[in-house]
Amino acid sequence: MNGKVHGYGGRMTLGERLYLGEILRGLGITIRHVIRNLLHTGEMPTVQYPEERRAYSERFRGRHRLMKREDGTPRCVACMMCSTACPADCIHIVAEEHSDPAIEKAPASFEIDLLRCVYCGLCEEACPCDAIRMDTGIYDLAADRREKFLVDKEFLLNNTTDGTR
Amino acid sequence: MQVMTDLFARIFGDGLSSLGLLVAGGLTMALIMALVMASCAIVFTWAERKVAGFIQSRYGPMRVGRWHGVLQPVADMVKILGKEDIVPRDADKPLFMLAPFVIFVGSLMAWAAIPFAPGFIAADLDLGLFYIFAVSSAATIGILMAGWASNNKWSLYGAARGAAQAVSYEIPLALACIPVVMITGSLNMNDIVIAQQGGIWRWHFLHDPFLFVAFLLYFVASIAEVNRGPFDLPETESELVAGYHTEYTGMRFAFFFLAEYANLFLVSCVATAVFLGGWQPLFGPVFLPGLVFVIKAVLLVLLQMWLRWTLPRLRVDQLMHVCWKVMVPLALVCVLGAGIWMLATGQAG
Repeated sequence: MNGKVHGYGGRMTLGERLYLGEILRGLGITIRHVIRNLLHTGEMPTVQYPEERRAYSERFRGRHRLMKREDGTPRCVACMMCSTACPADCIHIVAEEHSDPAIEKAPASFEIDLLRCVYCGLCEEACPCDAIRMDTGIYDLAADRREKFLVDKEFLLNNTTDGTR
Repeated sequence: MQVMTDLFARIFGDGLSSLGLLVAGGLTMALIMALVMASCAIVFTWAERKVAGFIQSRYGPMRVGRWHGVLQPVADMVKILGKEDIVPRDADKPLFMLAPFVIFVGSLMAWAAIPFAPGFIAADLDLGLFYIFAVSSAATIGILMAGWASNNKWSLYGAARGAAQAVSYEIPLALACIPVVMITGSLNMNDIVIAQQGGIWRWHFLHDPFLFVAFLLYFVASIAEVNRGPFDLPETESELVAGYHTEYTGMRFAFFFLAEYANLFLVSCVATAVFLGGWQPLFGPVFLPGLVFVIKAVLLVLLQMWLRWTLPRLRVDQLMHVCWKVMVPLALVCVLGAGIWMLATGQAG
């Protein structure tokens, strides 16, 4: 406090050194915020998260889902393209023969380790028959055990696009 | 206390001796004051978080208790009751355990001389104002005890800063009240309030320009005295974790917290009684005195919160500079000026 203020580029004026005026200016700024926020409480940027969710873009990649055929069986033909493309190595498919001779294969099991997944979307792009999509919009993953993040075919077939489980 | 002893005398008739009346009245008053302190902490923690939130364009607590998290303090209290009471291995155990209560008692004792309404004062002391300053400085010992006994570098730094700050700012705090004592000719809190009868223009802070400055000095010094922003150096979270109560947990930590908010309300009550007319309304006859007093004090508390969430923290050297080189000389000028004003306007008797 010897008159030199570092990084200020010169002396402060007498008014600034008295502080009182500057303090009042600061108080004015904060009370303006309070009044605006009291009058327009709903316009504050805070989102009450679990009840209220922010809208995400259509392109947002959330949790995966497996598409179904007309008859309800998985559209997947167990070609392994997605698990080959996957950089995180999180998709594990076991193939079996399909009952319909026109279709070559079907997945006996289809597991995704959601903790390994990096949500890159390469599996969607690799899929030749649009069987795997990441358009559910689900982004909150929570469970009390690691095993619960290893999701199976039934789980993935029942994921929907409206963000509910 | 008079109110309470009268009440008990009416209930029990001649069934109680005068000593019994005194004890019963005293205990009731002590209980009321302890409840006032506890409710201070409950109301003000919620208010503080809400004020902070709205200043920073957020909501603050919203979950507990339907409307804007009004029951948040209750939830916090239940949580803190369930916490483990940890005493560090190398701490000075007796001092460590005692410190929160020293701070709490120091603050509770000062409440005895606050005149909430005519006759509603726990101890109507002739040296009331002097007593409040004397007792509330006992909290400094508690801060030093806590910091030293914790055996932690942050606690010790916080305690040293707290002690230096409290001892320094007590001087302008007390000096700022001297002009009022000169005008009233009394240290009795009741007399000081009664002297301000007759509307806002009779309140001491508008008595003359020197008293207005004295009020500002008292207000600034009182913020420093209770260790709140922008003078919260004893507990700067960015450099000292939590200052002198870094090592405290559970109920012991809660006592520090309780004392902080009780002190906040206490200095506002003293400012109300000494400068802002106590229970006297803005104009007209005395009306709901207790409520008027509490409203004034709560407005001052809100002002302190507003300041805390507006201003950045001072450096230690700036803090000492403001106290010793600005506020103490200014307070002395106020004392001198108020004396000259009294002589000039013929009020000196």
